[in-house]
Amino acid sequence: MAKIFQPSPSLPPPVNSVGAVAWIRRNLLSSPLNILLSVFSVYLVYLLIPPIVSWAFINATWVGESRAECAPGGACWAFVNVRFNQFMYGLYPAPEYWRVNIAGILLLVLVAGYAVKAINKAILTAAIMVGYPVVAYVLFAGGMFGMPEVETALWGGLFLTMLLGIIGIVASFPLGVLLALGRQSDMPIAKSVCIVFIETIRAVPLITILFMASVMIPLFLPDGMNFNKLMRVLIGITLFSAAYMAEVIRGGLQAIPKGQYEAADAMGLTYWQSMVLVILPQALKLVIPGIVNTFIGLFKDTTLVYIVGMFDFLGIIQLATHNAKWLGTTIEGYAFAAFVYWVICFGMSRYSMSIERKLETGHKRN
Amino acid sequence: MTEHNMALAQLEPGEKAIIEFKDVNKWYGDFHVLKNIDFSIKKGERIVVCGPSGSGKSTMIRCVNRLEEHQKGSIIVDGIEMNDNLKNIETIRKDVGMVFQHFNLFPHLTILENLTLAPIWVRKMPKKEAEEMAMHYLERVKIANQANKFPGQLSGGQQQRVAIARGLCMKPRIMLFDEPTSALDPEMIKEVLDVMVQLADEGMTMICVTHEMGFAKTVADRVVFMDAGEIVEANEPHQFFDNPQHDRTQLFLSQILNH
Repeated sequence: MAKIFQPSPSLPPPVNSVGAVAWIRRNLLSSPLNILLSVFSVYLVYLLIPPIVSWAFINATWVGESRAECAPGGACWAFVNVRFNQFMYGLYPAPEYWRVNIAGILLLVLVAGYAVKAINKAILTAAIMVGYPVVAYVLFAGGMFGMPEVETALWGGLFLTMLLGIIGIVASFPLGVLLALGRQSDMPIAKSVCIVFIETIRAVPLITILFMASVMIPLFLPDGMNFNKLMRVLIGITLFSAAYMAEVIRGGLQAIPKGQYEAADAMGLTYWQSMVLVILPQALKLVIPGIVNTFIGLFKDTTLVYIVGMFDFLGIIQLATHNAKWLGTTIEGYAFAAFVYWVICFGMSRYSMSIERKLETGHKRN
Repeated sequence: MTEHNMALAQLEPGEKAIIEFKDVNKWYGDFHVLKNIDFSIKKGERIVVCGPSGSGKSTMIRCVNRLEEHQKGSIIVDGIEMNDNLKNIETIRKDVGMVFQHFNLFPHLTILENLTLAPIWVRKMPKKEAEEMAMHYLERVKIANQANKFPGQLSGGQQQRVAIARGLCMKPRIMLFDEPTSALDPEMIKEVLDVMVQLADEGMTMICVTHEMGFAKTVADRVVFMDAGEIVEANEPHQFFDNPQHDRTQLFLSQILNH
């Protein structure tokens, strides 16, 4: 008679190293070199942290009307405090701040809608992509419904930075997808157009493109056919970022096995159906880190608009530090700018990680 | 060839072939991969294609739904000639299901979504109806309890059965199998072959590239042996295995059957 095979029971893994002491021993003191490095690191922290804390918090001055009122040896946060509204809204007239605030809150509410199950996501996306820009533009520019007009030259501060960043991101993404698909396509003309566009834009610094957009294009346009500088800068940023986006997405497209394209073809899906339903969802998921990288880069690159005379968040801070009352507050200004940029960019990066986790379907196992 | 074989290889007068290769030639660059393929398949016929690797078996069946283009000759599928006409290609692809060696399930979609994708988007079937049909086919391949899992959570044999069900969801008139068991562990081959045998018993027109000679013996109406881009021999399985006409076929059979 054959023997009966009984699989042995599965046991829990051995528990021999838990608790803080074990953790420290394993991670910080595991070898003589590690002990040395750990001691050195603790010394570095001791050297750096106390002075920073005493400058930024203990000796800092929070309220005041000029640099002279700030205590020496401490940060002069009074500067940020007094100029805060300007940093946020630029030269936008103070009585009209509410219009920017409402547009911002409206966007947050709409985006939060994605977390609500009962809301149809297609309608929500249409509302954000089509409806919201119109509402936001009317609010920002005014000139109707009894709201005084605010010309775009006055738009500035974090408001302008967010505007450039969000529109740049939202517009450059679909354009980048199209460019990537075009570059991969079998149609020779579409392919060459995409390659020439991508390679040309990538070979030129953003500063050059912004200069061209703000200074040179008006020279070539016929009289009276001039359009808004903000618009031109936005187009420049979008095209620039789209070229980078296209190459990131192309990397994702190339990583999709040929079998996926063939399976989609064999089922009779059209080109666009197989791209939208089969290939892009997989390709974009693979390159989320690269896409977010490009988004973060774009967001920070918007600071370059100061060279064409626009005062974004960083630009308006720099301008304020040149004010005679506040001379010597450069460090505080830059520290504040760095902190705000860090919060926003770190937020984007964490958000992208949560999306990656959400989209994980376990096919890495193969 | 005996008279009986002639009858199998040739069509009765007035009988229409569902797939017809006429003097088909194909090149990859300079490499002549298919040479003068002349072959007809009747409705309901089950064809097994075998041969050494690089002999052009996969290329030949991939020409049927134009995953590969041929450069010379003509291929007529279900009365439609396969050429650059995209409409024709789309029409044929709706009617020809394909199962691949590496399954090629869509990893970002659940099993159920894999099955309903083409019926919904290509056949324009309402979602509910497509899901009911998908569940029906999943039950047939005995995997309905996995409908909401992702392909990555299934074993190879299960994935290949899902791939077969996915092909069937388009209600195809022809099924193409491109080495469906070659990437599977030995223990999983049987579960996939069982599904294919069941399908063959129901009268589906099938072309199957495979090295499973047991399957060929029990299921095939004709076995086609290819080497170096040519059809060397095509015969009913009984004749093919017991009385191969060609020395190349004999060599091939001796190598795969006596190891």
